[in-house]
Amino acid sequence: MPLTLLKYGLKRDHVPHREIPPTPDLKRHYDVVIVGGGGHGLAAAHYLSKYHGITKLAVLEKGYLAGGNTARNTTTIRSNYITNQSIRFYKEAVSLYENMSHELNFNVMFSQRGQLTLAHSEATLRSFHLRAEMGKHHGTRISVVDPRQVKEICPHLNMDERGQHEIVGGLWHEDGGTARHDAVAWGYAAQAAKRGVEIHQRTEVLGFDKVGDRISSIRTSRGTVSVGHVIQAAGGANEHVAKMAGIDMPIRCFPLQAMVTQPLKPFLDTLVSSANLHTYLVQSSRGEIVIGGGSDPYQLISTRSTLVLKEQLAHGALQLFPFLHNVKLLRQWAGITDMTPDYTPIMGASPLKNYWLDCGWGTWGFKATPVAGKYMAETVANERAADILLPFSLDRFEKLALINEMGATAASH
Amino acid sequence: MKIMNCPLNGPRNISEFTCFGPVHDALDTQSISDSGWSHYLFYHENKAGIIREWWRHTPSNYFFIAERHTVTDEIVATYSPSELPRTESKS
Ligand SMILES: Cc1cc2nc3c(=O)[nH]c(=O)nc-3n(C[C@H](O)[C@H](O)[C@H](O)COP(=O)(O)OP(=O)(O)OC[C@H]3O[C@@H](n4cnc5c(N)ncnc54)[C@H](O)[C@@H]3O)c2cc1C
Repeated sequence: MPLTLLKYGLKRDHVPHREIPPTPDLKRHYDVVIVGGGGHGLAAAHYLSKYHGITKLAVLEKGYLAGGNTARNTTTIRSNYITNQSIRFYKEAVSLYENMSHELNFNVMFSQRGQLTLAHSEATLRSFHLRAEMGKHHGTRISVVDPRQVKEICPHLNMDERGQHEIVGGLWHEDGGTARHDAVAWGYAAQAAKRGVEIHQRTEVLGFDKVGDRISSIRTSRGTVSVGHVIQAAGGANEHVAKMAGIDMPIRCFPLQAMVTQPLKPFLDTLVSSANLHTYLVQSSRGEIVIGGGSDPYQLISTRSTLVLKEQLAHGALQLFPFLHNVKLLRQWAGITDMTPDYTPIMGASPLKNYWLDCGWGTWGFKATPVAGKYMAETVANERAADILLPFSLDRFEKLALINEMGATAASH
Repeated sequence: MKIMNCPLNGPRNISEFTCFGPVHDALDTQSISDSGWSHYLFYHENKAGIIREWWRHTPSNYFFIAERHTVTDEIVATYSPSELPRTESKS
């Protein structure tokens, strides 16, 4: 290795290796077009090209690669949901993360360090028992722990005994973890590109042309292409892109904000979350403390940030770890999330025959990047929604068959 | 700090208010279909522009209407629900 380095260092006309080729010209036709080059779109491109032999495929991204919510998320990966449908789905998401670096030949820095969710009241603790039993039934690693165990898992926590936010127990989810978000998106993109998938950055989808109940072509800022199948994975723009295709979605946009501190020596080796305080924390591999919380209190299609929310996050973080009081913030930001009424995504078929939805990922979709990609690819290849996706279909709202995950999502993403 | 003009209490800090989501037409519960219910309950206005919403001034429990721009977050009008229907401000 050092010798190669020396060779390249001395070579005058060395062309660096590019994992993602520059954006090519648009072709006239693609078998599949994916709208949105975030983690989800790129994962679907990977699975379609690797496992289903579909390579006449273009990913259209209006900005730069994975610059939407994939770039902004706080990377909580977990499967401690409350309904059968969700736990089964997210459990597979976690296991795909366990093997992802191998699958992509790219280090996504998956760190399965466990997630600790705190209870500050008996009522919360009771709901944890329900989640723990549901999780055990599906074979995930999850249990309710008492304050002594909480202290063992996370010795630096302020237990606030007899205080307003006393920690009375927790939900310990050993399968929980975190991964490097850019690496996940980049890894999928590199693999897909290697197999001939075209990734078109700075290419915005502006509209669709239909013949009967099918999309025939897509109008973009760089020209029109005809298409066999379309996957929509447009993150915060999902409701608006669906509308261009004539599809109504039960989605509203809410900002979600987060922030990171300056790097500190490692002290936090679990993910810690408190729904009461609307705050969760994780220490990144660079030592920064990533702090996130609940959504903004009303809908907005903007990535502006507010001081109020940052103060709330700081308040929650200081309640749990008072010694952070002198630490400086390095960065803060917001993403526009596509929220569904039941905190559950919308995947699978749409009213159009060749238009497939991977939407409504709100504040919780990073963890689902591999599993959604895998089953969206299977769906398009078979022209029929994969079985595991059926409960998540758009028509669950017409059937009043919602999958309520609000209580198991809130501040834990 | 963001200020909202409450039709009853005048200009107050936004933290004193709670948003109850976009206004939509009242339902005819006698004749409505399942899909009508679904739309009433789950499909709400999400346009990029001025929308009309229910808000409450929490301490006085007073409910009113606000017209707010969903991209700039500008509050363009607030008024009593008794003024509905009223032509929406243009975005
Ligand atoms: C602050 C924050 C924290 C979060 N924390 C977590 C977490 O801890 N764990 C978790 O699981 N999830 C989390 N999420 C949610 C998660 O980020 C998203 O659900 C997930 O990244 C969605 O991935 P995606 O690929 O579907 O969307 P995105 O990454 O948003 O990609 C969609 C892409 O579509 C493009 N696009 C939009 N419109 C068009 C168009 N007309 N034409 C072409 N391209 C278009 C966008 O530019 C964008 O790049 C968080 C989100 C935020 C904002």
